[in-house]
Amino acid sequence: MDRLTRRRFLTLTGVTAAGALAVGATQVNWDDLLTAAQTDPLDPSAGVLVVVTLYGGNDGLNTLIPASNPAYQNARHDLAYQPNEVLDLGEGLGLNPGMKGMAGLWHDQKLAVVRGVGYPKPDHSHFRSMAIWQTGSPDTQAKTGWLGRWLDETGDDPLRALSVEPVLPPLLAGEKTAGASLPNGGLHLPTGKFGEAVRALGAASPDELPDQARAAKSIADLYEAAKVLNGASSPDDPDSEDDQERQNGASAGGRGALGAQLDLVAGLVEAGVPTRAYSVSLGGFDTHADERGTQQRLLTELDAAVTPFVQRMRRTDRGKNVVVLVYSEFGRRVAANASEGTDHGTAGTMFLAGERVRGGFHGEEPSLTDLDNGDLKETTDFRSVYGTLIEKVLGSDAGPVLPGYRDRLDSVLV
Amino acid sequence: MTELDEHAAVRRLIDRFGFGAKPGALAKAQDAGFATTLDAVLAPGTDPGAQATPVPELGPEPEKPSKKQPDPQAKKRAKQELKKQSAAITEWWLDRMAATDAPLVERMTWFWHGHFATSNQKVRSARLMLAQNETFRRLGRGDFGALAHAMIVDPALLVWLDGQKNKVGAANENLGREFMELFSLGIGNYSETDVREASRALTGWLVDRDAGKARLVPRRHDTKDKTVLGHTGNLDASSFVDILVAHPASPRFIAGRLWARLVSATPPPPDVLNRLVAAYGPGHDITALLRAIASEPAFKDSATTLVKQPVEWLVGLLRGLGLRPSQLPEKTKLRVLAGLRGMGQIPFLPPSVGGWPSAASWLTTAAGLARVQTARLLTEASKVPDGTDADAAARLLGVDKWSDRTRAALAKVSGKDLVAVAAASPEYVVSG
Repeated sequence: MDRLTRRRFLTLTGVTAAGALAVGATQVNWDDLLTAAQTDPLDPSAGVLVVVTLYGGNDGLNTLIPASNPAYQNARHDLAYQPNEVLDLGEGLGLNPGMKGMAGLWHDQKLAVVRGVGYPKPDHSHFRSMAIWQTGSPDTQAKTGWLGRWLDETGDDPLRALSVEPVLPPLLAGEKTAGASLPNGGLHLPTGKFGEAVRALGAASPDELPDQARAAKSIADLYEAAKVLNGASSPDDPDSEDDQERQNGASAGGRGALGAQLDLVAGLVEAGVPTRAYSVSLGGFDTHADERGTQQRLLTELDAAVTPFVQRMRRTDRGKNVVVLVYSEFGRRVAANASEGTDHGTAGTMFLAGERVRGGFHGEEPSLTDLDNGDLKETTDFRSVYGTLIEKVLGSDAGPVLPGYRDRLDSVLV
Repeated sequence: MTELDEHAAVRRLIDRFGFGAKPGALAKAQDAGFATTLDAVLAPGTDPGAQATPVPELGPEPEKPSKKQPDPQAKKRAKQELKKQSAAITEWWLDRMAATDAPLVERMTWFWHGHFATSNQKVRSARLMLAQNETFRRLGRGDFGALAHAMIVDPALLVWLDGQKNKVGAANENLGREFMELFSLGIGNYSETDVREASRALTGWLVDRDAGKARLVPRRHDTKDKTVLGHTGNLDASSFVDILVAHPASPRFIAGRLWARLVSATPPPPDVLNRLVAAYGPGHDITALLRAIASEPAFKDSATTLVKQPVEWLVGLLRGLGLRPSQLPEKTKLRVLAGLRGMGQIPFLPPSVGGWPSAASWLTTAAGLARVQTARLLTEASKVPDGTDADAAARLLGVDKWSDRTRAALAKVSGKDLVAVAAASPEYVVSG
């Protein structure tokens, strides 16, 4: 998605209309963050939420796969995974073969799999459904994001919520306060001759010893991370543009390079930056055609980004309080379409990972035969998870964030 | 294995047993040769650098606000005072490391700080942290037994590992377990029963924060017999340490830990370890162990590289540039500390009792940027001459040779910027 369409996407969510983004979005740079880490470091016992948005509508049925269920095999034909292909989690369900690391987290009891997640009267539009998830408001067209309202309720420091993306996602937009974003150039890499010289240090050198080669690689990676922040990367980056399969489902937006985004978040958490909520994203899940290869590649990318992040976070006191939430705006139709893909559906699979997460299944697995017009019936309202995260991870009253909604899914946390 | 030439071996010795040389000192040491330099490093004489950076007077412990009559103002004052004192010891130690003319003293103090890793985050007393630091400095190159005896009743360590909560009938196993696992024997050399029994031996110690002292309170101490690692008796903290220091696993463990921080992340092979243990001997002689380490062929192997920890990197750069943190403008100083935090390491704040990570875990992207920015802050504040070229930077920083890659990078800049880029180069970030 080019920037114009990205902006259009934001407008279409309805959130930007509130003007909160225009007035509230604070752009910060690396220096600001590290200085804040020095002067007002994150309390090591404070919970930190990392929201991973999968743009495009990830196919839940090919993520958490009921491979041995005949109804699944009948509905999916060639798109179906066989029982011996999936990573078995028990109860007749297995993870997509691309998710080996997250299967490991499952076995460590650090991955919660929430089944059948959705909301009442599901909307099949990417933009509307994403707006519902990001505003946390299925009933009314809210003008603020759910974490934006949390910001509104709890103070006015925009550093408490940070988007590691060039553009602030609607979920961080409040009425009075919006989360901060690391904008174009936000990484503040050195420029000019000095910058060129530093960048040149990232080149590999023949005959170099392993430690030195790694040191050089870290500088090369830095410039990769800078691409993430500077918006020069991924969808409009010629390199990833070349990867046709990867780009197959890109029509509904979102970014690539999730690993680099999470690497950055890990560094910020470890540095003690006083941010409590981070937003990162991965795009490309709109797999209407030739889904299997594309989705598996994306889930592999998700897995390769989330697993080392969670493992790294487990090693520090601050990191132990990090909870990762992975969601998408909807799952997809139970039945495959005629082009080896799937169309927009409803309930999907949500993941929570981290030291404070209670591993295992949560929420009921929706029936594959008792459908709502070809779609899964939602068994778990996403707001119940939001409510728990606001209260137990961010330590605030969820009442004003989710007005009129009282259910919680506290069992997902230890 | 490729053996380093004499010049490179001396440079490595000065890197690993110190933090790199002050300007001009490397060439002198290289003229003197490896053996003479090693003698000088191991038996430091007077230290004008230390005299110029005296231990700070912190004043009394911040007033502890009364729990019965909470006073928010008093609480705030105490918090600010603690913050001030903590900043003072951090700045002082970095100053001392940058200024010292007996670098091994500080390098070993730094090593033991990472070994008996104690964090001010929980201790919350700069005075106790400083006292522990002075103990490392005083005992860190002699008999390990003496150091271990001091540490088992060190006030900061007692607070850090809940030693104060350990009393007869209600043992707390934190200190006993970590002392065996991380400080003296290594995992696998004791049983869970040993942990429980050891903890009983350690019961009864309380810390007087104002006095900065720990004392044994007899009624809190368990006086019954305990059996630790096969030794039975009315064991206490002192006899527990005697048992550990005499245990055959201990010399191997200590030698391995020093090897990991001074030589290579790859453990020493058995024959090397045997030689190191023999040198350490019945006197648990740390200096003899250090001499044995430096005398191993592997010490001069070009492949035994070591990733500098951020503090080591920073101190090396400060020394090369002739700077001390206390002499920097306030804003620069704050940003240098922010840089250290960005690189993941602040003295007196290790992430856990296991100490800081090692090797490639320091080579993250976030750390890379913090390193570049910090290097530039420092070179800007330095007196590096305008025309400084790649060869001059190599002499300044103590780098044997630039790779073609780095030489090409350095060709783009000169003077202060060149030294900053050089300081961020793989050849400097990793001690060759």
